[in-house]
Amino acid sequence: MYENPVFNIGLMHFLIVSALLAAAGIATMLTKRNAIGILIGVELVLNAAAINLVAFNRYAWPDTIDGQMFAVFIVVLAAAEAAVALAIFLNYYNIFSSIDVEKADELSG
Amino acid sequence: MQVLSQQSDTYALAAPVLFYALAALVVISAWAIVLSHNIVRMSFYLMLTLGGAAGFYFFMNAELLAAIQLIVYVGGTLILIIFGIMLTSRNPFMQLRPATWEVFVGVGLGLVLAGALIAASVATTIDTSHEVVPADYSAVQRIGHALLTKYLVPFEVAGVLLLVVMIGAAYLARTRAETPR
Repeated sequence: MYENPVFNIGLMHFLIVSALLAAAGIATMLTKRNAIGILIGVELVLNAAAINLVAFNRYAWPDTIDGQMFAVFIVVLAAAEAAVALAIFLNYYNIFSSIDVEKADELSG
Repeated sequence: MQVLSQQSDTYALAAPVLFYALAALVVISAWAIVLSHNIVRMSFYLMLTLGGAAGFYFFMNAELLAAIQLIVYVGGTLILIIFGIMLTSRNPFMQLRPATWEVFVGVGLGLVLAGALIAASVATTIDTSHEVVPADYSAVQRIGHALLTKYLVPFEVAGVLLLVVMIGAAYLARTRAETPR
């Protein structure tokens, strides 16, 4: 039981979960017309990357802390990115009265 | 001796049960975001996904990062997203449905990406043989030490970035009514 890869949780298990999480984020970004839905997809991809970094830190290089540090910075940058993105969406909503990204073609020729 | 082996057996069973419960929570709620059309439900599913990721961090002995995830992400970024939803829809249950072919292409590309990433993950050859965590391991102590030595410059730059973001977001989202035209 200790040697069975199904029960012995390791690096690979976390990589598979974060692969499914990143794929869900990409699919969310591709299928949503609501701009905030696309932002939620970006958050999913960022979380998948952070889980990967922490898993590599924990299972491959447990005597360092670099993976967790990068994950901390990912959380900081995600908060900053969400704040700026929502400010832009708010401006866009004031102009177009909608946040449907299909309508954001004012500059297209 | 008997008690000790029972304890280790219990632990050996508890870890995979906990992992698979968290993995089911994270993956199912993440794909529920893809398949949902209601933006409020999407934000609720995002909360479940972020909470499951925090559970993963606890699982991987990254307790400070898990706390940061719960406080900053679930308590801050997610609330910001919900504010955005409330401010940008006359009807909070408004639905913007994509075309059917867009859903098929998006989900199909996502599944192809997932398959490629899982194939690469299973084929990984990274050495994880020395994965034992020392008994006095403290992520808080290590992160605090790294933040003020090796990562001092990124730490300061992140602080400046947050200031810039705060000013920029407040400027972008200000009300226009008082400005003369």
